[in-house]
Amino acid sequence: MNLPVIAVVDYGAGNLTSVVKGLEAAGATARIATGPDALAGAAAIVVPGVGHFDATRALDDAWRTAIIDATRHGVPLLGICLGLHWLFEGSDEAPDVPGLGLFTGRCAHLGNGLKVPHVGWNNLERLTERSVLLEQIEPGAYAYFTHSYAAPVTAGVVAASAHGGRFAAVAERRNVFGVQFHPEKSGRTGLQILQNFVAVAREAR
Amino acid sequence: MLTRRLIACLDVREGRVVKGVNFAGLRDAGDPADLAVRYDEEGIDELVLLDVTATLESRRALVDTIRAAARRLFIPFTVGGGIQSLDDAGAVIDAGADKVSLNTAALEQPELVGHLARRYGSQAVIVAIDAKRDGGGWTVRSRSGTTDERREAVAWAREACERGAGEILLTSIDRDGTKLGFDCELTAAVSTAVPIPVIASGGAGLPEHFEAVFSEGHADAALAASIFHFSEHAVRDLKTYLASKGVPMRLVW
Repeated sequence: MNLPVIAVVDYGAGNLTSVVKGLEAAGATARIATGPDALAGAAAIVVPGVGHFDATRALDDAWRTAIIDATRHGVPLLGICLGLHWLFEGSDEAPDVPGLGLFTGRCAHLGNGLKVPHVGWNNLERLTERSVLLEQIEPGAYAYFTHSYAAPVTAGVVAASAHGGRFAAVAERRNVFGVQFHPEKSGRTGLQILQNFVAVAREAR
Repeated sequence: MLTRRLIACLDVREGRVVKGVNFAGLRDAGDPADLAVRYDEEGIDELVLLDVTATLESRRALVDTIRAAARRLFIPFTVGGGIQSLDDAGAVIDAGADKVSLNTAALEQPELVGHLARRYGSQAVIVAIDAKRDGGGWTVRSRSGTTDERREAVAWAREACERGAGEILLTSIDRDGTKLGFDCELTAAVSTAVPIPVIASGGAGLPEHFEAVFSEGHADAALAASIFHFSEHAVRDLKTYLASKGVPMRLVW
């Protein structure tokens, strides 16, 4: 079978092994993209990332233009964890670094007297009936999170989680998707979500 | 709501699980990857692979083990034992481990914690602390519990956190292997002193011990080895019990 090639953006924010293995298990061929040129021809794009929002500074104008262009041509985009933050307008973690602004709002620290980082399995609260990414995911399913900053629940957020306050767990608008948790580390729930994304990539091709 | 985590620890030597586990239907009970996948199916929240010998030969086998596990395991897993340098940590992370656990190396070269956190993110760095009761407090032991570091455990946990550790794996040397229950007092002392999650370890023998360490000990996660090996559905049964006592648990997977 001809597997869709998904470009995984490598901008130096953490290890990509798990994301690559997750996408492969979900039925895609993962290709690590170390520069914007490497996005050409990809059926979909994944922006992973762990750590500090400042790392997204490496996603310079060339990257931004290439990624925005691709999404305008219908290529599906998935931001994971820090990658989801980058899809919003920015983050208090590195206020001078702009996000892509595909979703409204800024990411803020979770600080609320509870343990931060928020590490572990938390449930997904569905906010909309329709979600491509959450197809076949039962309500209240658990996903694995590890983060200190979070995006607000604004338009396009289809599932929330709570740690003190509520925050965006899954955002989705046409062919742009973001997840705060790590689907590649969220067991069967996570694999289903990755499979749903791969299915979008296959259709978009 | 964030659930409390149950973590199974597999002691590995030269690519084999040291203590055999009797699970029906396992092709090879000594194969860490097979066992890890089985635990995932049973509902464990996370796994730790501990290289108990950490010799050069064992380390090479470990990397193969991690690769094999990473291909089939889609829950977080940590690798510990003998990680002394950025290169050691890099080798296991590149092979597919999500986190590394540092013990003696963090005490001997505390700057390594920060280096690793900057390279891989704090979420990938666990500082393991082996603590022993000493008068009214606890002191830190290193080299598998044999060396008294003459450091106060709570203070070291704070420092590890400031240096960039994402979690603390806290083992009570007094309770380890006794099955008398976790040291809840120690766990609470550390857990309330640091903003990061604390994984309690050492002494698990009964389901009640887990309930106690989550409530009295304020543990964010609890790690055990042998208790999960007792029966086929030990993880599921334990989770059901804890949920019935009001401890938030991930019950569907």
